[in-house]
Amino acid sequence: MATQILDCDFSPYQWLSEFSQQLPAGQTGAAASFIGTMRDFNDDVSVTQMTLEHYPAMTENYLKKLEQQARDKWPLDDCLIVHRVGHIEPGDAIVLIGCWSAHRRAALDACAWLIEELKYNAPFWKKEQRPDGEHWVSENTDGH
Amino acid sequence: MPIQVKFFASLREQLGRSDTEIATASTVAEAWQQATNDEPLPERILVAVNLDYATLDSAIKDGDEVAFFPPVTGG
Repeated sequence: MATQILDCDFSPYQWLSEFSQQLPAGQTGAAASFIGTMRDFNDDVSVTQMTLEHYPAMTENYLKKLEQQARDKWPLDDCLIVHRVGHIEPGDAIVLIGCWSAHRRAALDACAWLIEELKYNAPFWKKEQRPDGEHWVSENTDGH
Repeated sequence: MPIQVKFFASLREQLGRSDTEIATASTVAEAWQQATNDEPLPERILVAVNLDYATLDSAIKDGDEVAFFPPVTGG
């Protein structure tokens, strides 16, 4: 059970590997994960770098609540949410969600639910650096 | 105890500050008016009281932390 906000680059695959090794062997039958990485374009415009701002105390609280809600809704063996803040380059991981359960449906559904809830409600804000200057991203796209 | 008011992201830049204090206010909307000297309220604004989402008519009291921010864009 973990939520983590990081201000430096991280390897989501390493996090998944290390986190899954601490789960009790033989109990977990399914793992589902989502990894969001930074693109070098948005709406056909080049994006060279990005800054992610957050509201530290509220964001930490919100991610913990989100994880608890997912665990209340589905029988998860464990759950991991990692999110970047600060300076981000194209190709860097922005968000990692991992869900582990005895059977696939709970892990898959919880993972899909968590990323949608996070995108629409967690207090993070992206500012993109484009060729014509800095721009705040106005809103997240619907279910893309 | 004063009420702490915080602004984030594009709203922080538009207002030119990240936080301020006000002596007293009974609702979130009133806190906005006092903290910004009656700046017009942006059309799409989110608010939080003591780190939980709230609404403009939510009641607040001395010592609370009120935050205003634009739609979120994480993930």
